Amino acid sequence: MLSRRLIPCLDVRDGQVVKGVRFRDHVVMGAIEDLALRYRDEGADELVFYDITASPQGRAVDVGWVERVARLIDIPFCVAGGIRSVAQARAVLQAGADKVSVNTPALERPELISELAQAFGVQCVVVGVDSLRDADGEWRVRAYTGDPDRTRALPRRTLDWVAEAQALGAGEIVLNCMGADGVRQGYDLEQLRAVRALCRVPLVASGGAGAMEHFAAAFLDADVDAALAASVFHSGAVRIPELKTALRAQGIEVRDVA
Amino acid sequence: MNVVLVDSGGANLGSVRYALQRLGVEPAVSGDAAVIAAADRVILPGVGAAGPGMARLRELGLVQPLRDLRQPLLGICLGMQLLFDGSEEGGETCLGLIPGQVRRMPESPGVRVPHMGWNRLQSRRESPLLRGIDDGAQAYFVHSYAAPVTADTVAESTHGQPFAAIVQRGNVAGAQFHPERSGAVGARLLANFLESGVA
Repeated sequence: MLSRRLIPCLDVRDGQVVKGVRFRDHVVMGAIEDLALRYRDEGADELVFYDITASPQGRAVDVGWVERVARLIDIPFCVAGGIRSVAQARAVLQAGADKVSVNTPALERPELISELAQAFGVQCVVVGVDSLRDADGEWRVRAYTGDPDRTRALPRRTLDWVAEAQALGAGEIVLNCMGADGVRQGYDLEQLRAVRALCRVPLVASGGAGAMEHFAAAFLDADVDAALAASVFHSGAVRIPELKTALRAQGIEVRDVA
Repeated sequence: MNVVLVDSGGANLGSVRYALQRLGVEPAVSGDAAVIAAADRVILPGVGAAGPGMARLRELGLVQPLRDLRQPLLGICLGMQLLFDGSEEGGETCLGLIPGQVRRMPESPGVRVPHMGWNRLQSRRESPLLRGIDDGAQAYFVHSYAAPVTADTVAESTHGQPFAAIVQRGNVAGAQFHPERSGAVGARLLANFLESGVA
């Protein structure tokens, strides 16, 4: 049986891992390689690296650290950040990443998703969706979220975008619920359930994890395939071995920690 | 030992090379038939679709040289699928080293395709490839197409339906999961292949 995945997310800025609250006020958490190894040893199922300044600065991700991570770890990892062409994705994949995640560039030019799927197969193509509920009650997507001063609200409804991204060839969707991000009050289950209902490919919950029960709720109530978190893992508030024991006790299939 | 990674254009070439380096082996990366024919072990990696994968092997003139190998050959992910007679993905004719057709994995409620993540290996028969790998050990998969469970299946896995996770026929073996990204289990499979081949 397929395990539910736990995915520490490492936001990368200037070659270091940082973490902000609601995408603002970043503090340095440590070196990329140190955190990658720590999470591998603790039983993380996969890692995601977001080069959070690449897209706002209009540059592609630096493949130097991608290669260093690829040499070091023996679990899969995904890289996101300013990938806006097949050539840039190829450089990241050839450096050793297993998947690429596109967000703002896919909103600007949705055909990018199809081009990546044709070049590398849908299983390599993750679409990250930054979503926030507007005053009228609709969830809509945001672009350029790596830089609060450049973050833009778009007219596109989150549910429409998820359907479109899948049709274009997304092999996985990461739903970042921005209203919940960094405040540790739990994943946005209502929004995750709404997206799950129309998402046929793997769905990853992101934003809001603060305690072990939040992960269980995302798996049991929103049926997500994976749960991504940053600050609770970085701070040690939730430790992956204990989390896996707790999830397994609730009948949730997880990978054994070696 | 002379290990050659076939430069099949797959994007996981680097990851497989790093995994071998972690085992203390420096593989040659080559698309040259003579270099491949002279290897002690040949690994065919691959990520992507069957059509471009076979097109690349034809372009390099490697179809017959791979069929003619007598030394141990290991296909990984798409590389394993290419060992079969053919794939439903694009109706592609493949290398024909292992009988059977690779088909798209059926979706059903709660069974999402691509099959992405860690899943359990269930042994079907004895093989040196499984030495030190417990029944039920988990490996990392990411794929939408899969080969059927047949007499050549060494270990199966289940996602909705059972499918072939490790195969072996004569000198030819394959892993549908990514040993280079499957922690200690994947490293063990690669080490087993290097040490004992597939016999």
